[in-house]
Amino acid sequence: MSIEWYIVLSSLLFATGAIGILIRRSPVVILLCLELMLNAGNLALIAFSRMVGNQEGQVFALIVMVVAACEVVVGLGLIVAIFRRKLPLDVDELTELRG
Amino acid sequence: MSATAWAWLVLLFPLLGSITIGLGFRVLPERAAGAIGTAAIALSFACGIATLLTLLGEDPEARHHASSLWDYASAAGLDIKLGIFVDPLSVFMVLVVTGVSTLIHLYSFGYMGSDRGYRRFFSYLNFFVFSMLLLVLAGNFVLLTVGWAFVGFASYALISFWYRRTTATGAGMKAFVINVVGDIGLVLAAFLIFRELGTFDYEAVFTKAPEVFAVNEWTITAICLLLLLGAFAKSAQLPLHTWLPDAMEGPTPVSALIHAATMVTAGVYLIARTHVLFDLAPTAADVAAFIGLATLLVAGTIALVMTDLKRAIAYSTMSQIGYMVVGVSIGAFSAGMFHLMTHAFFKALLFMAAGSIIAAMANRQDIDEMSGFGRAMRFTSAMLLIGGLALAAFPGTSGFFSKDEILAYAEARGGMYVIFTVLGYVGALLTAIYTFRLVFRILPGVPCKEAQELIETGHVVHAEPENPATGEVEDTDVGFPGSEHHIADQNGPMKVAMGVLGFLALVGGLVQIPGVDDAIGAFLEPVFHDSPLAEVHPTVGAEWAGLGIGGAISILGIFIAYFFYVAQPATPAILIQRLRPIYTLFVNKWYFDELIDFLVVRPALAIGRFANRTFERFVVDGLVNGTAETVRGAGGIVRLVQSGFVRSYALLLIAGFAGLALYFLLASS
Repeated sequence: MSIEWYIVLSSLLFATGAIGILIRRSPVVILLCLELMLNAGNLALIAFSRMVGNQEGQVFALIVMVVAACEVVVGLGLIVAIFRRKLPLDVDELTELRG
Repeated sequence: MSATAWAWLVLLFPLLGSITIGLGFRVLPERAAGAIGTAAIALSFACGIATLLTLLGEDPEARHHASSLWDYASAAGLDIKLGIFVDPLSVFMVLVVTGVSTLIHLYSFGYMGSDRGYRRFFSYLNFFVFSMLLLVLAGNFVLLTVGWAFVGFASYALISFWYRRTTATGAGMKAFVINVVGDIGLVLAAFLIFRELGTFDYEAVFTKAPEVFAVNEWTITAICLLLLLGAFAKSAQLPLHTWLPDAMEGPTPVSALIHAATMVTAGVYLIARTHVLFDLAPTAADVAAFIGLATLLVAGTIALVMTDLKRAIAYSTMSQIGYMVVGVSIGAFSAGMFHLMTHAFFKALLFMAAGSIIAAMANRQDIDEMSGFGRAMRFTSAMLLIGGLALAAFPGTSGFFSKDEILAYAEARGGMYVIFTVLGYVGALLTAIYTFRLVFRILPGVPCKEAQELIETGHVVHAEPENPATGEVEDTDVGFPGSEHHIADQNGPMKVAMGVLGFLALVGGLVQIPGVDDAIGAFLEPVFHDSPLAEVHPTVGAEWAGLGIGGAISILGIFIAYFFYVAQPATPAILIQRLRPIYTLFVNKWYFDELIDFLVVRPALAIGRFANRTFERFVVDGLVNGTAETVRGAGGIVRLVQSGFVRSYALLLIAGFAGLALYFLLASS
């Protein structure tokens, strides 16, 4: 099987995630979309790793998974905190950091 | 132990004392602070004696030692050591400084007893002694400058000791600024010496200078004139003298120690120390001598009319330093140093007696209000009389021998130097008159209110916390003195200190009687014998003739003062009426303050205001505000991006990465 299919699938996943982040307003969904983008990256890494024939890409993928896990922890923590403080769960209304 | 080891110990004790009291002022009991301070200086004096004995055990020609603890800077031809130089001259100064300081510390132990800044006072005082010793023991011009600046600071701190008094802080600043003018002269002189000779070290400079410079070459003259600027600012010679009378705002022991006995004589020491350079620049030496002469006459005339007790004595100090400057400038080195020593004795004594009287007067210093203290305070009066006799050079006292030795030397040198002898005797007459003017107005007569109270009840009148100069009420809550001091008649330590000084002021001159003994001249001889001026020696006959004239003038002056102030007390007022213009000139101190104000202070202020209005407003403010505006404008643009919308950040991020990816794609293909 040639590598193109993997890359196309990875690109589609990435684009889906990116578009999701841009058009959705719920923080939970944005977090999901971020995961989607990270895993698109993972897919590409593993595909290339197979193509080149060594394990470095797979090591990277594992590291990305760890980072993704951490990011989910922080992100979900933030969402819970927002919820507890009875703030709107809508990223467009959370504009405290406006300069 | 070697002489230098003892000399290092001389330096160590006051420093330790100052640090101990300065750091421990919260835990140390008051009296302990005073005891530590006094003991530190006494130990230092003992080490000074040990240095002297070690030095006396050596061959006279070998009595000079340099010693260094470590190198400050040693690179590119620069070699600055933390080094001291021990020779008869520096040891002589060490002994005078530590000896008189010990007694003044003892006096302060009693006098300042009720002051709330007692520990601070002793810490400063010990620091001053350390700085002064550093100045006299320094082995190179760099360390000399350090000591020079340190004593300037110590003087500032002690003049402004009662820091809630606006007059005191003002006087402190004035003294500091004028002293810094002198420091600049000294520093520039050191730079010039380094440029010409490539070294700062005393011994190297003094051996190289005669090889490098021709006599009266402009560089050596410039060096000497710059040194004189430093010396004159420190020693209160014309026209840099105006700080000294104002410095009397400080506590009286400070006036006795710094502004009479030790610091103000640093200029005299400097000229004597660098006499090798002055021998090469006779013109500069003559300038120094004439300024000294002018100072001694001008200050003498002002002292005639001052009614403030301490200021009158301060002008007398200036006048006596004038004699010393004349002495060391015309070549009477050992005579000048001898006068420095005897002056330290009797002037410190006079200030101590004045402090005791001022304490009894509830801090008022106007001699118009004082009278009849002769019966009220017998001990203080006796000491005032002894100090006065020595200052007036009454036959037999210490001032008698020292002053006339300078004048006899000037006469022996001949030529135009005879003028110093003649005008020196005029100054001596003034000295006798103004000294006994003070004595006759304070001691005899009907006791004033305060003296009366002292006679009847034995109590010192209670002082109101007010500034004697302005009458301004003072804040006693913040450790301000409450201006209560002790009088010598009721205080043991003060009595001891004054008694010892009184003894020295009476007999201190006996170490050097023409034709009989020559202790100081012989001791200092190795320092000065290479000077061509050391060849000049007045004959014993001439010296005794000079002593005779001096004694006669002294007695005449005392008699004139007696006539004016005791026998015919109405005459001074008539004289003032007759000689109104001269009196006005003297009372206004020859208008030196006004002159300096007009020539220096006002132009400086005008330049400052002009710069404030134009340069400051447009250039400095423009630069600062312009920078701020630029940053603010740039920030305004960047702020637009910080919208707070998470999704717009994400869009920017994605667009950015997409742009980058596109760029690399295009670039690689």
